[in-house]
Amino acid sequence: MLNIKDISKTFNPGTPDEVQAIKHVSLTVPEGSFVVVIGTNGSGKSTLQQLIAGACVPDSGSIELAGQDITRWGEHRRAALIGRVFQNPFSGTAPTLSIIENMALAARRGQRRGLGWLLSGAVRRHLRERVAELGMGLEDRLDNAIGSLSGGQRQALTLLMAVLQRPSLLLLDEHTAALDPKASDQVIRLTRDMVAREKLTTVMVTHSMHQAAHLGDRLIMMVNGEIRQDLADERKRRVHVEDLLALFEQVRRADRLDASAAELLRSRYV
Amino acid sequence: MMLLIGSLTIGLILSLLALGVYISFRVFSFADITTEGSLTLGAAVAAVLIVRGVNPLAATLAGGLAGMVAGSITGLLHTRCGVHALLSGILVMTALYSVNLRIMGRSNIPLMSVKTLPQQAGELGDALFGAGGPVLLWGWTVEREALAMLTGALLVAVLVALLLYLFFKTNLGSAMRATGDNAQMMRAQGIHTGNMLVLGLAIANGLVALAGALLAQFQGFADVQMGIGMLVWGLASVIIGQALVGPSRFGLAIIGAVMGAVLFRLLVAIALRWGLNPNDLKLMTALFVLAALVLPTVLRSLRQRKAVRHA
Ligand SMILES: Nc1ncnc2c1ncn2[C@@H]1O[C@H](COP(=O)(O)OP(=O)(O)O)[C@@H](O)[C@H]1O
Ligand SMILES: [Mg+2]
Repeated sequence: MLNIKDISKTFNPGTPDEVQAIKHVSLTVPEGSFVVVIGTNGSGKSTLQQLIAGACVPDSGSIELAGQDITRWGEHRRAALIGRVFQNPFSGTAPTLSIIENMALAARRGQRRGLGWLLSGAVRRHLRERVAELGMGLEDRLDNAIGSLSGGQRQALTLLMAVLQRPSLLLLDEHTAALDPKASDQVIRLTRDMVAREKLTTVMVTHSMHQAAHLGDRLIMMVNGEIRQDLADERKRRVHVEDLLALFEQVRRADRLDASAAELLRSRYV
Repeated sequence: MMLLIGSLTIGLILSLLALGVYISFRVFSFADITTEGSLTLGAAVAAVLIVRGVNPLAATLAGGLAGMVAGSITGLLHTRCGVHALLSGILVMTALYSVNLRIMGRSNIPLMSVKTLPQQAGELGDALFGAGGPVLLWGWTVEREALAMLTGALLVAVLVALLLYLFFKTNLGSAMRATGDNAQMMRAQGIHTGNMLVLGLAIANGLVALAGALLAQFQGFADVQMGIGMLVWGLASVIIGQALVGPSRFGLAIIGAVMGAVLFRLLVAIALRWGLNPNDLKLMTALFVLAALVLPTVLRSLRQRKAVRHA
């Protein structure tokens, strides 16, 4: 279970570039729950993921995961509990290492790394099986540099790497945004299958209203660093793409209203 | 022929330098100027210990260890204190100049009259194959001792290259390569990438210092100036090595670095023989590295321009 209590994050505080990226957000994600996060650009979706992963430090608030307070843990320590896939297909793999080397590194996520061989016969066989499950034929190219693969292939492998060792939490940050539609569909299918099969607790950010409507058992919409909508269970199941588009339109209209109200105030008082 | 054997021997010794620079510059893309200080540091520590009567092998290893400490300090300055990468190397290199003078007590320690590793290699050669005068090699007369030293240097280079290769195949070594490749990914895989850089720089400078310790013994003195220009020397070796083996995985790249170091030393010997002023050597080395770094980009943009014109 993931338990976020009242976290806030401001970038560049006290400078003209100050951004309140996350404002007093609380969120509880029960074991096995699959949360989809949508929101306008710059609404803080990635920042929230980075706060959970430890890639940036909150100004206040606390984060609990798997029964432990991880607020003060470094990013590398949290990796023992968290599997991640990034938006950029280049971010999740080491390009000059081979497919199997990348896999084997991920198979020891969060464990001590000593002077044992990275690749033993048993490890090789096991990883070959797991790669074969992707159904992309990559099991025959295990010794190729992973950098020679397409974005979709790399993203599928990154996803597999994130779950090779079962994570307490899977974080996906627009992991199909950089892919063409076909590759995107493939990666989404893999995501759904893996999450369902291993009952993974998942927080997935997506830009795709279609994915948001059809995946997960809970939908969160972020606006300006806050959670604006939180639809679970039956309400989530009834959501259609049109509803989501309407939600965004509503937000946009409210923003414009805010802007014109501010303009009105300015013209009257300044 | 003697010149050739001497150059080969120095080339092989400096292949440890090239392997160190390979780790810092190629694996971590960290232009680590500590290299210049730690080469001298290795030489200084080994020389002082040998003069004091310490076993040459132990003294050489102590020199390497001192280099590891120097590399760790550079790494810690960068990762823990947030000092700019290049600057942390410059600081440690500058500090090492004084440290090296302190260790040596003066600017030059001759090692002619004491027993060093090369002499032990010579004696071992005598013991194995019988002492005697010069031997005939493909019609050339060659000092036995020079031959023994060459063999010793070859063994050391092969051993170190092999150990490095095996290290890069372990869990730790693979994580190190991957960290240099993509630090963000390795943090997500649970690696403290800062510590990994510290370890990488420690190993790199350990190898460089080892090269310094061996070089001092081979040339018969340790000098406080001997590290100057050695980073660029190492870069040149690595670049030549890469040209020899192509943009390949780490196994071939390691072999390439060793071959590059030897070839570069031979090229330098030939250039000096043809009348290159030794004072111009560092200028030439720097120009060579500059050309090797810039030429590919220039060629690519030329080719692109041509392609555009044809399109
Ligand atoms: N490292 C950073 N430094 C400064 N500002 C940042 C940084 N990361 C994000 N921001 C700002 O915080 C806000 C939220 O960004 P982000 O979480 O990336 O939004 P989203 O992923 O929802 O598009 C944006 O205004 C962005 O410009
Ligand atoms: Mg984002």
